[in-house]
Amino acid sequence: MVEHRPWNDIIAYTILTLAVFVVAFPVYLALIASTHDAATVVSGNLPLLPGHHTLENYYRAVFVGGSRTSREPVGHMLMNSFISATGIALGKILISILSAYAVVYFRFPFRQTAFWIIFITLMLPVEVRIYPTYKVVADLHLLDTYAGLILPLIASATGTLLFRQFFMTVPDELLEASKIDGAGPFRFFKDTLLPLSITTIAALFVIQFIYGWNQYLWPLLITTQDSMQTIVTGIKKMLTTTDELAEWQLAMATAILAMLPPVAVVVFMQRLFVRGLVETEK
Amino acid sequence: MEKSAVFNNRLLPYLLLIPQLVITLVFFYWPASQAIWQSFLREDAFGLSSEFIGLENYAALFAQPEYYKAMLTTALFSSLVTVLSLSIALLLATQADKSLKAAPVYTTFMIWPYAVAPAVAGVLWIFMFHPSLGTLARPLRLMGFDWNPLLNGNHAMTLIIMAAVWKQIAYNFLFFVAGLQAIPKSVIEAGAIDGAGPMRRFWTIVFPLLSPTTFFLLVVNIVYVFFETFGIIDAVTGGGPAGATTTMVYKVYADGRLGGDLGGSAAQSVVLMAIVIGLTAIQFRYVERKVQY
Repeated sequence: MVEHRPWNDIIAYTILTLAVFVVAFPVYLALIASTHDAATVVSGNLPLLPGHHTLENYYRAVFVGGSRTSREPVGHMLMNSFISATGIALGKILISILSAYAVVYFRFPFRQTAFWIIFITLMLPVEVRIYPTYKVVADLHLLDTYAGLILPLIASATGTLLFRQFFMTVPDELLEASKIDGAGPFRFFKDTLLPLSITTIAALFVIQFIYGWNQYLWPLLITTQDSMQTIVTGIKKMLTTTDELAEWQLAMATAILAMLPPVAVVVFMQRLFVRGLVETEK
Repeated sequence: MEKSAVFNNRLLPYLLLIPQLVITLVFFYWPASQAIWQSFLREDAFGLSSEFIGLENYAALFAQPEYYKAMLTTALFSSLVTVLSLSIALLLATQADKSLKAAPVYTTFMIWPYAVAPAVAGVLWIFMFHPSLGTLARPLRLMGFDWNPLLNGNHAMTLIIMAAVWKQIAYNFLFFVAGLQAIPKSVIEAGAIDGAGPMRRFWTIVFPLLSPTTFFLLVVNIVYVFFETFGIIDAVTGGGPAGATTTMVYKVYADGRLGGDLGGSAAQSVVLMAIVIGLTAIQFRYVERKVQY
């Protein structure tokens, strides 16, 4: 540091600590609300300390579901979210590592064309073409299926670009050495390239898992049965009741459960997360 | 950039490409071209027949006062969220950059909201500021401020802006901290030797050197506000009250859900596509320039 003034440090720590608390406050409040009974929460006079209904609220949210809305219990929605997020992450990794391998390690007619066909998808998020995509999925009879939740969201170029970039940094000597050892494309991929790509795969998985878990508009459109909805779409429905009183304490318990898996991934796999975030943006 | 050592198989590369190409064609090119094609058609109410009507859907779209309102709402919402989240993140990042030892700890505590789904973030904020039960709405009302985001359009807009900024600070903070740490300390020391104080050093040395990061984040943030805030808007306001928070993306969703005007909804999609392609083009031009540095 150029000049070291103690008050300068104190200001920095104060601002940052304050920011940390402000950022955490909405979640803290949700956590508190999820431990009180309905009457306390809707009174508008929520205490700032936990109440005694924690187990009851979470048990009801996870296994029973709300009483005023005939919704699915959250346990089931969590499973749907988990399946579709994992499916999106693994599906994207699988198709993009294969296509990147083809584009980087082979020479064939229309190679550039194939790359551009994939590359252009970067430009249009699913939100822009939402109804035509809905129609395609409906025509294929994929509404209310996991395939319908997963497939349209893996049609994107980010993974291919990431793997292409990584493969370009792998020294050519490795391929030459493998060829001398008599290895074909399958063995080179399995024994050399795949082990080298583990970190890239893990980073992409972390980013795509979060992306898949947090999807909202797409699952909202293509799931008509409550049994197929994901937790992120389910929360909103808990609050849209025909009765005047939504069960906020259950909605807040659900919100906490909905953010726990992706937040845990970011906090505990921070290194991979940052790497994935920075590299998919390049 | 090309590899010099490659395999010579003829069929294999196509087999490797097939999964991605099939999924891309079925779920990307087919729907996108459908949207463009439909935007030139008028379908009857039952979807049985359709006729080619040229640009009439676009003309009808741009004759709608609601569409201009949605454009204005989008412009206001995205510029405010972008400016606020970038400035707050930059302020926090410069503070974290002062002490390298503490920076990683604060980074962990700052970046987790990135992982919170926009719709969940929306639910958290409407709970805090709900006019009848919100913990932070009560003090506002006690102070005599008639806070009601469910009825007042400006209040609703304020609320979704706060929720969107809350979620986006994490991302911007991460990139700003990285950008600040990449600035050579010697340049800053040279400024200090010439007698520039901390503020002057920031505005004349650090901020200009940070401009590639800032510009990159600017584009990413605009795209974020356009598309990913859909969940926040749907959870907090549902586009209301009286359309005050209906952005262009929200309008595509809301108009399409009511059914009926497929051509008009497709025309809206095409306008959005044009905007995103423009933004992406700007981003790529900028990225190319960064490579030359």
